[in-house]
Amino acid sequence: MAVLSMAGEAVAPVGLMGRPVYELRGVSKTFARRNVHALDKVDLVLREGTFSSIIGPSGCGKSTLLKIMAGLQPPSSGSVVLEGKPVMGPRRDIGMMFQQATLFPWRTTLENIVLPIEIRDGKAAARAKHDQARQLVDLVGLKGFESVYPNELSGGMAQRAAICRMLITEPAVLLLDEPFSALDELSRDFMNMELQRICLERNATTFLVTHSIAEAVILSDVVYVMSPRPGRFVEAITVDLPRPRTLEMMTDPRFGALVHRIRSHLDKGAFQ
Amino acid sequence: MTQAQILAPTLPEQTVWAERVSWIDRVPRWVSMLALLIGFLIIWQIVYLIELVSPIILPSPLETIQDLFVVGRNLLTGDYMLMALWITTQEVLLGFVIAVVLGFGLGVLVGETAFGERAVMPYLVAINTMPKVAFAPLFVSWLGFGIASKVALAAFIAFFPVIVGTAAGLHAADQNARMLFKTMGATRWQALVQLKLPIGMPHFFSGLKNAAVLVVVGAVVGEFLGGGKGFGELIRVAAAQLNTPRVFSLIIYLSLLGLATFWVVAWAQRRFVFWHKESVTEETLAQ
Repeated sequence: MAVLSMAGEAVAPVGLMGRPVYELRGVSKTFARRNVHALDKVDLVLREGTFSSIIGPSGCGKSTLLKIMAGLQPPSSGSVVLEGKPVMGPRRDIGMMFQQATLFPWRTTLENIVLPIEIRDGKAAARAKHDQARQLVDLVGLKGFESVYPNELSGGMAQRAAICRMLITEPAVLLLDEPFSALDELSRDFMNMELQRICLERNATTFLVTHSIAEAVILSDVVYVMSPRPGRFVEAITVDLPRPRTLEMMTDPRFGALVHRIRSHLDKGAFQ
Repeated sequence: MTQAQILAPTLPEQTVWAERVSWIDRVPRWVSMLALLIGFLIIWQIVYLIELVSPIILPSPLETIQDLFVVGRNLLTGDYMLMALWITTQEVLLGFVIAVVLGFGLGVLVGETAFGERAVMPYLVAINTMPKVAFAPLFVSWLGFGIASKVALAAFIAFFPVIVGTAAGLHAADQNARMLFKTMGATRWQALVQLKLPIGMPHFFSGLKNAAVLVVVGAVVGEFLGGGKGFGELIRVAAAQLNTPRVFSLIIYLSLLGLATFWVVAWAQRRFVFWHKESVTEETLAQ
């Protein structure tokens, strides 16, 4: 069920043989100034249409890894390749979402959604994307809020708009940095199910950073457990619960076993 | 027997009660404002009647109100006072525009570039600590007794808050928003125009409001010290003649000019920063 990695080498889980979209090989990151070894030889393959999560204690280098994958920071060594092309900076085929929706209050929902297009291709191109943006608004269930300003949206609705903004450029990979952790638990569970629906509908390749074991398990095909300082993958756990997942599966014994397995890894790390 | 059945007979039908609001918080706004004004005038009248202050330097409220009408009539008929007010208005407007343009430019330099922040800002802070009024004689000798010297002093006194407001505004965008713009591949210029400047608008406008008040101070002080034909000169002359009711009424009309500039800025803020709640409430308080 799970494949243990040897000496930091994550092995691709069995049964996930889609086309590789995002590949990381031997990615390390050292912050010379602070003398911090943040990441140590991380290998990772994201296959088309799969959902992967990374979980680990705070300060384990998750955010650093995500920034490297987003092209916001260069790695100290190793290679980062998306769709066969090395990632040497921010790219339009990388979609990103953060803990905060970060919608701009002087733009309507629709104008916020097409912002990435406006930045890259200008105002006219952004206007041409309005129809597509409306379809995305439908997809995430925000219909009727297209011309509303963000301070009239709830936290969950704002994150839905952020999902649209991430999808508007039709990225090859979605990088999610604890996207719903600022929401209350009920909205969070609900948004996670919505996220699954959206990802399945679009066959998206998704990579999620989270602190929640349950969230990682219920959403993912593979959960990577990370150890702190230097960050490396301890184990890649395949989640073989059927799709689409439901919240009821959280009471499934298999779910409990997976959570337990991840928990034991994290607890071990915490006391080292 | 359940708990509800035990409690039911002793429970009253209603336990509605009124929240108490103390009377001072219930007085309508216009009543409290009028009461304050009348109270102030009464105290003024008493001080005048018992001659706590010599009548030569403190006029009675009635004399002042009468003079308000005299000056008002003069302004309405387009007499020399209107000319003086027009001159001061020109000084205020020109000074304000220069202060805003200069302050905004320097503010962007200071807030956006490391050079500006490290090298330019210390000099600006040093200039700001100087008593700027002391430069008035210099401006007069450089620019003469016309309106140019007053405009210069007004702009000089008013431009610093605009710099501070602009620079503070440029730092107002949080880490998330900056990162988001980076992931979208935004250039520095795009991040400035589409992110930092709009987010900084509320700060910029509080700088403008300060400037709107200071610019009137600068223009009037300039007229006190550099002559000319503006409203400040009228005040100076009236004071020299110990015509205190006139001084008071001129000051009141002058404050209308200050209020007008302030309101224009506040209106622009509500118009352009419609998305910022505090900007809107601040505005209603200012009215």
